[in-house]
Amino acid sequence: MTGPSIEVRGLTKRFGAFTAVDTLNLKIEGAKCVGFLGPNGAGKTTTLKLLTDMIFPSAGECFINGISVQDDRKRALSSAGTLIESPEIYPSLTPTEALGMVADLRGIPVAERAERIATVLGEVKMSDWANERVGRFSKGMKQRINIAAALIHDPEVVILDEPSTGLDPRGMAEVRSIVRDLKKSNRLIFMSSHILSEVTDVCEEVALVNRGKLLFYDTLSNVVARFSDGNSAVDVRFARPVPPEVVGPQIARLPGITACTQLDPTRVRLQFAGGLAAQEKLLETLVGLHLGVVAVSEPESALEEVYLSQISRGD
Amino acid sequence: MANAQLGEVALRVPPSTVQIPKLARFQLHEYVRSRRFYALIGIVVAIGAILTTVIAYYRTTLTNAGLLSGGLAFYGTFWGGGIDLVIVLAAVFFGGDAIAGEFQNKTGYFLMGLPIRRTTVYVGKFIAAYLASVAIMLLYLAILIGNGVVYLHGGFLPWQLGVSLLLALTYLAAVMGATFLFSSLFKTSAYGFVLTAILFLFGFTLIEDLVVGLTNLEPWMVISYAESTIGNVFANNVNWGFGATTSLSVGRMRLFNPGIGEGLVIMLGYFFLTAAAGLFLFEREEFT
Repeated sequence: MTGPSIEVRGLTKRFGAFTAVDTLNLKIEGAKCVGFLGPNGAGKTTTLKLLTDMIFPSAGECFINGISVQDDRKRALSSAGTLIESPEIYPSLTPTEALGMVADLRGIPVAERAERIATVLGEVKMSDWANERVGRFSKGMKQRINIAAALIHDPEVVILDEPSTGLDPRGMAEVRSIVRDLKKSNRLIFMSSHILSEVTDVCEEVALVNRGKLLFYDTLSNVVARFSDGNSAVDVRFARPVPPEVVGPQIARLPGITACTQLDPTRVRLQFAGGLAAQEKLLETLVGLHLGVVAVSEPESALEEVYLSQISRGD
Repeated sequence: MANAQLGEVALRVPPSTVQIPKLARFQLHEYVRSRRFYALIGIVVAIGAILTTVIAYYRTTLTNAGLLSGGLAFYGTFWGGGIDLVIVLAAVFFGGDAIAGEFQNKTGYFLMGLPIRRTTVYVGKFIAAYLASVAIMLLYLAILIGNGVVYLHGGFLPWQLGVSLLLALTYLAAVMGATFLFSSLFKTSAYGFVLTAILFLFGFTLIEDLVVGLTNLEPWMVISYAESTIGNVFANNVNWGFGATTSLSVGRMRLFNPGIGEGLVIMLGYFFLTAAAGLFLFEREEFT
């Protein structure tokens, strides 16, 4: 037993002379959130459509939980929840009816149905709109219903194609919050995006594609470390301004630190060598200084630098 | 399957035979709430109102012509002569974008991410469009029967009306099959609408006339020829068999009349061929 999994083997998709996905191999196992990154036209959506049998491969095969999507789409998609290309929902239906249809087709027992619908509508914060017709909804509201439809059977694998694209900043933040809440101990989330902050925010691992080819697949911290001369970086935020005389003599001289940059009075970027073990020790020491550490995050710009360097290398 | 829990989830997904009526029910629900459904009801009611007015206004003329002399003449004229238009309109309204609309409106992305076979989607949508069209046909029939009760002084319904209704339902299946084929052929709904309307309102009749006029052969391959059985059922000397009867027109052109059995077989043939071809296309169509 290996838990939820997604695998693509030698996946290729050609549209005439154009190769959108080129001999892609990727195996993701276990409960985690994996960001599928790449610029526009890199082959992200095409890969996800192949993975959900919306289009057919020129070569290769896709598997969800070990079942070939191409051989048995019905079984393969039974344990997956998908959101591809911001679908439209039949406008005359209400969210309750649309989700009822999904529940019906997925075989959710009648006794559980109303409760499941209420639960997922609550998760996507659409309970107040449960009985209004979808045709009157904004794009963001429809997207939330689409996410609810993907979750109604409590899937082990969730495939999301740029879930916040096209939404206003508030809608993006809401969808991101929903995706963050989707993380569970037995769930694999595979999410395409070209919004790096979104991926940094919710994903532990990233796969980068460009021109249909996989450039790498690794944990976020490994990726940042691997492409920044073995150094990792974290941004640390303090409750109060930290004076430069503290940053220089105290923080910059902590063991393992290779560089220390004050981003603003309350934020400092630390670069260090030694991977996760060094990071753990460094943060313990830093907290021990009682400078008011309130947050630590992977720097968005670190992934951005890796992203840009890898994409430009392929161009 | 990776583990036992996932196996349980997969097992819960109903078989296609159960998914088809479920999908058809939701599609029908969508149709019944749509503007097009009420627009078509409006059109049929308008046709019925015009018919009622015309019958009332020209009552004497129609009586002298024998059209109000009994149920056979009345229903042969007003049902046999009008239901084909209602059928084509209903098929275009409900089937024209049934498949193409899934691509054009992006509703297909909602449906195709589910554990459901494409055949299930196709058949479920077909059944829904068919049933919505039957509802419209029955409305037209109800209006006619209402007229019949008034103008024929009673509710007498000839048994031939039942046979004609069955033939009309078969014709609807054939037209809907063709509509779904055109809808599968294009990713833009308008093409399906226009092609179905042109072919079934004018095209096939033109082809039928050309076949007879140019070759003097029975146009058994043209569906408008088979469709004439819906009205022929009410004739006095009905040919129930599979062979055509012939006569000469005023211009000494040979006229063919299909037997009821023959017409039924032709319409069923159209239905099976077009439905299968449409399904074949849909199975291979990509949501690019």
